[in-house]
Amino acid sequence: MKEELKIRVVKGPDGVEFEVEPLRDYYCEAAPTVMPGAYIKIVEDMFNWARSESIWILGFGTGCGAIEMRPLMTPRFDAYRYGVQWRPTPRQANLFVISGYLSTKTLKRAIRAYEQMQSPKYVIGLGSCTINGGMYWDSYNTIKRLDDYLPVDLYIAGCMPRPEALLAGFMDMKKLIRAGRGEGANLYAENFEWYKANQKRVIHDWDMPDYNW
Amino acid sequence: MQFDWMKIPYSLLTLFIVVNYGFLLGALIQKMGARAGRRYGIPIWQNYVDMLKNYSMRSSITHGAMFYLGPVFRLSGGVGLLLFVPTIYGSYMFSNLSFAGDLILALYFVFFGTLGMALGAGESGHPHAAIGITRGLSQVSTAELPFALAVFSVALQYQTLSVTDIVAAQQGGMMNWTLFTNPLAVAAAMLAFLGTMMRPPFDVVVAPQEIPIGPPTEYHSSYLAMMQTNRAIFPIAKIVIYMNLFFGGADSWPVFFFKVFLIYLWSAFVGVVFPRFRVEQSIRWFLIWAVPLGILSIVLV
Repeated sequence: MKEELKIRVVKGPDGVEFEVEPLRDYYCEAAPTVMPGAYIKIVEDMFNWARSESIWILGFGTGCGAIEMRPLMTPRFDAYRYGVQWRPTPRQANLFVISGYLSTKTLKRAIRAYEQMQSPKYVIGLGSCTINGGMYWDSYNTIKRLDDYLPVDLYIAGCMPRPEALLAGFMDMKKLIRAGRGEGANLYAENFEWYKANQKRVIHDWDMPDYNW
Repeated sequence: MQFDWMKIPYSLLTLFIVVNYGFLLGALIQKMGARAGRRYGIPIWQNYVDMLKNYSMRSSITHGAMFYLGPVFRLSGGVGLLLFVPTIYGSYMFSNLSFAGDLILALYFVFFGTLGMALGAGESGHPHAAIGITRGLSQVSTAELPFALAVFSVALQYQTLSVTDIVAAQQGGMMNWTLFTNPLAVAAAMLAFLGTMMRPPFDVVVAPQEIPIGPPTEYHSSYLAMMQTNRAIFPIAKIVIYMNLFFGGADSWPVFFFKVFLIYLWSAFVGVVFPRFRVEQSIRWFLIWAVPLGILSIVLV
């Protein structure tokens, strides 16, 4: 375990000494729970419509595919006209685009970012690396199937897919959300042990609580 | 003093109109910014959808009591600012809860939301929020300085602290507006206006590309939706003050919409033309260009 995560005694500015246990004090340890939608169907449908028309992407480029997202913000493709926006913080984002290969080191950060997002949240796997490892199929430090570690709603295949393919993917994502099938967050909560076991199998320096939001 | 209860539903009606106008105008201005960058821009109703989406989020977490109260303070700052200033001059329905001396209260409300936000975001414990607050408060304080000077200048000029009286003194033709009777104060205030609208070149505080999004880093779900609602109300409320103090107020809703649009456009226009300032640059800019104008306007009055 890293030095800064160990339990230590800290002296405050007023001279009082107290014990800090970083893993417990800095993180929340409550496991995720399944969150049902609104009780009335028409309300949930309306919410799903709003969610589909206002997709906020976590601007966290994980692999080489991140470069395909940039043209979407600029005049050539301009994804903003479809209600797609980029947010700089996981708290405000709904859609996590895993753009390409994930090294195990990045996977750790991706998991933390995903768990900090608020439900309902969606994951898009971009590029063939997220489906079966792609050109990194025999690499020792990248993951091969993203779906084993995070609940993926949609894949956009290609190496790399062009920005048009991404736009088409967002449109498909909208259909999924509107049909009420974007329940990845609940899937993650239901199969929490399975996902955690998979994650811990590849992340060897696991120095964070099991659930950190 | 007899309180007129009928004022309350009328004020709520004002609020309703202003919220919707604020949402649409905000989207329109964003669209114009996008067009200046050769983009198509967001749909005009996007802000409504975003707000509904944020209210419909299933989970939300808190960091403590002030974290809850931050957006509440912010929203009450915007609503309070709007409600204590007459929206439509000479109209009983839309004079809201204005009273003699409301100018000082308005000045206070302009800053109120920022302070509430600072407390709330401070409790979120996120380092980006803390840095954002430091930057935001220092920038907004310097931007408020010329505005306060301009307001004092106008109050001295008309010898009153009542917004209604100031509007009344400007009636009877364009040449009676403060814009022409006290141009230095208006110039100082309009420069200050740029600094508090959170648009370029003074948007380093909340810009997504800088210290990510600044104070609201930790805000999400309905907290964020509440702040979005305030983002619709607050600029309009502030523009109403500007309109009343400097541009002769409005005596009907069409005039109101038109003047508010033009004043808003001023910040958008500057925003698409000039690149972003860093915080110390913008503070220096305000102190060098705007504050002397404000002082000069007081001296000349």
